[in-house]
Amino acid sequence: MITLHVNGRAVEVNAKPDTPLLWVLREDLGATGTKFGCGVSLCGACTVHLNGRPIRSCVLPISQVGDGRITTIEGVSLQDIQSDTSAEFRRRQVATAVQNAWIARSVAQCGYCQSGMVMAAIALLAEHASPDDAEIDQAFAGHLCRCGSYQRLRAAVHDAAKALAES
Amino acid sequence: MDGYSRVKRRTFVIGGLSAGGALLLGWSVLPPRQRLRRSSPEPRSDGRLALNGWVAIGADDRVTVIVPKAEMGQGVHTALAMMLAEELECAWEQVRVEQSPIDPIYANLTVGRDALPFHPDESNAITRVAAWYSDKLLRNVGLMITGGSTSVRDLWNPLRDAGALARATLVNAAAAEWGVAHDQCRVDGGLIRAGDRAMRFGELVASGRTLVPATQWVLKDASAYRLIGTPRIRLDAAAKSDGRAVFGIDVRPEGIEYAAVTMSPTIGGRVREFDAAAALTIGGVRQVVELTGRNGGATGVAVIAERWSVATQALSALHVQWDAGPHATLSSREVRDTLRTRAAERGGRTFRRVGDVDEAFATASTVVDATYDVPYLAHTTMEPPNCTILARADGAEMWVGTQVPTQARSAVSDVLGVPVESVHVHVQLLGGGFGRRLELDFIGQAAEIARARAGVPVQVIWTRENDVQHDFYRPACASVLRGGLDAAGRVVALHAVAASQPLVPAYGSRNGVALARLDVHKSSVEGLFDQPYAFPAMRVSHHAVTLPVPVGYWRAVGHSHNAFFLESFIDELAFAAQHDPIEFRAALLSHHPRALRVLELVAEQAGWRTSPTLAADGARVARGVALHRSFGSICAQVAEVSLSATREIRVHRVICAVDCGIAINPDGIAQQMESGVVYGLTAALYGEITIERGQVQQRNFDGYRALRMRECPVVETFIVPSNEPPGGIGEVGLPPIAPAVANAVFALTGERLRSLPLRVSMEAS
Repeated sequence: MITLHVNGRAVEVNAKPDTPLLWVLREDLGATGTKFGCGVSLCGACTVHLNGRPIRSCVLPISQVGDGRITTIEGVSLQDIQSDTSAEFRRRQVATAVQNAWIARSVAQCGYCQSGMVMAAIALLAEHASPDDAEIDQAFAGHLCRCGSYQRLRAAVHDAAKALAES
Repeated sequence: MDGYSRVKRRTFVIGGLSAGGALLLGWSVLPPRQRLRRSSPEPRSDGRLALNGWVAIGADDRVTVIVPKAEMGQGVHTALAMMLAEELECAWEQVRVEQSPIDPIYANLTVGRDALPFHPDESNAITRVAAWYSDKLLRNVGLMITGGSTSVRDLWNPLRDAGALARATLVNAAAAEWGVAHDQCRVDGGLIRAGDRAMRFGELVASGRTLVPATQWVLKDASAYRLIGTPRIRLDAAAKSDGRAVFGIDVRPEGIEYAAVTMSPTIGGRVREFDAAAALTIGGVRQVVELTGRNGGATGVAVIAERWSVATQALSALHVQWDAGPHATLSSREVRDTLRTRAAERGGRTFRRVGDVDEAFATASTVVDATYDVPYLAHTTMEPPNCTILARADGAEMWVGTQVPTQARSAVSDVLGVPVESVHVHVQLLGGGFGRRLELDFIGQAAEIARARAGVPVQVIWTRENDVQHDFYRPACASVLRGGLDAAGRVVALHAVAASQPLVPAYGSRNGVALARLDVHKSSVEGLFDQPYAFPAMRVSHHAVTLPVPVGYWRAVGHSHNAFFLESFIDELAFAAQHDPIEFRAALLSHHPRALRVLELVAEQAGWRTSPTLAADGARVARGVALHRSFGSICAQVAEVSLSATREIRVHRVICAVDCGIAINPDGIAQQMESGVVYGLTAALYGEITIERGQVQQRNFDGYRALRMRECPVVETFIVPSNEPPGGIGEVGLPPIAPAVANAVFALTGERLRSLPLRVSMEAS
């Protein structure tokens, strides 16, 4: 049994230590919002937050998660009761702004890559209040979208940054 | 006149109350060609009434539009709901969509018409009779397909009829309730009013009143549209921004197990032996299943386990030994040589002949010859192929993202040996389709796996490596083009010969689509023979080449390469004639006002007559243009291109002009232009599947590169206002991008690139 801290809850998982976090999220915890795209950290579809930073869950064995706090797309706008810090509060604000911007711009097409994109956007805006295009491109360099949402996605990040600055 | 009625006979009977008090709606025999009433009534849930096969209204006022088309990113659920809601006169906020079950009224008739090998500007007795037979045939076959950019075109009439019929039915009921004539009632925002009385749709449903289906309804005039033509946020935008959207890979039926597969690394290879016992000793492994290669798929072995990660690890314990089979020396380099040789041969099957080409060439003062080619391409949908099946002795449940639910059902029924009616297909959201999910290989495979684990739902998930190496690839194709110009630089003749593997018979035979065996397919030459240009003499022919590489439909199909061939070659002719590329095209389109308008609009919006500004790093920028008609729409694009210090092609901006008939959701159209450009640019700049010793060389997104954010141009879309019936949109933005970029590269460097992916030579020419 390995204990993981996912979306503010401690969960016991019965899986081999080398099992990638992605599959524990999807198969044991029912958190299917996090997607499988390539399995080798090339596409970003599996992006979740580990202690607030974006990581690729498809290549992270659960044995390496330790006490780290995992946040998935399902939990990103939920209140983390165990560790409600100002950083957590900020993250929830950012998540709301990002998701609102995503909807207003109709960013998603097939939508399969978008959980990873949204998680990357939240991590970016939590660190940089007002990223420029080059910084946005950098933050999404490891993410792939085959439908072509890049242009709207970039605009939505700017929208979210603006909304947060005005809030 | 508003007296127009789509149904001339009284065809409906009165409905009544069911035992549970829910509303029933009765219908007598509708005309055989009707697309409104399902063959089996919609299962009713409490407080919800289906007014026809396309719309149900809840006591809570919720309007559910029933959509038979797959949502794979193209925004079609939103556009289809808009079409029905426009006529129903409900508020947009009331609308949600639900995937339809399988029923003959949901058959796609437009794919049949589109497959007919006629020039789109031709209409005569033959084309009309052929279209009539095609409709009849497809109606009988009942094939549900999402593909060929047909969804909006196919349902433009049925959905508006269904909305208007539902509105008339509700009005009649309200009028009866109030004792007023129905023409004294008006409907607006989900509210029926007469004088100072008003009733919500939901109140009528909740009242338990018997609703008598209207026998007459009137479609709105386009000038009265309030929804159609206005930009709308996608109905799936929220669920796709917070992780709630459920794709095929996300379904979790009770007791689910997972399967991973390994397939022959060599095309046409077979499993020789494997060690099932070794895999079965691994904890969590349930079963090992040999795969025979259903529906054109590869042979291989599957492992079923309690976890997918365990199943993938157990695959290596199988130590599968393969027989390479008969194609172990095949290489894509040889394929390219073969196709180029065949395209240079005379003969082949002629798809279009105008005037006497040989005679016209004899009069030409300049003749231009060029040979073009493109490689195989994979689809790489972001959601890898997957399918979940629960097999029972007497039937099956299946959950899958598919573009062809009727065929998927047949494929599973064939494997399990159960009647098709006992196989229930639950179509999920598709994490990308692009033609890959027209295929049944992964579905037939999942059925073989589920059969071995009867009573347990098994989800088969392919790795990205499975996907890249076992696709049905966009066919490689070569084309020899020859153009003749007179002394004034006018085109006198165009001759194009293409060589490639034909798609339709291959798809038809592996998937049991008998219709596809009819030898009337045109997909190999679409985009070459059917363009709006007026060439005084023209011949377009195709050599069907037999090769073992599995090929299939890839976004925009033949247009994806033929636009590159033809629009690049027209640029070559313009250069030879010393004419401006826009003016040269305009001269060939003077008879075709719609195409001409698209060309003018793109030139205007791109500032074609002005010089482009330098790139941020000071590099020179050049423009290229291309125009292409596909799937009932016309799209022109201007690409602004520069070269990096390392001579990589960079595309900064793409201006799109499109005439797709009446625009349903302009924002959705813009989104599909962006999508077509991005998908097409991946192919234009990077896409290439190569084969050595019979094996696909690419494995994942490292070897099979896709466009990333920093490489993505700004895409600006301009829609030609129109009240013509809608054209397609999901594929229309793709064909022009490769030639627009290639033409810009020529303008920039003087180097004419005639192969994809585009690679400029290392030395400036």
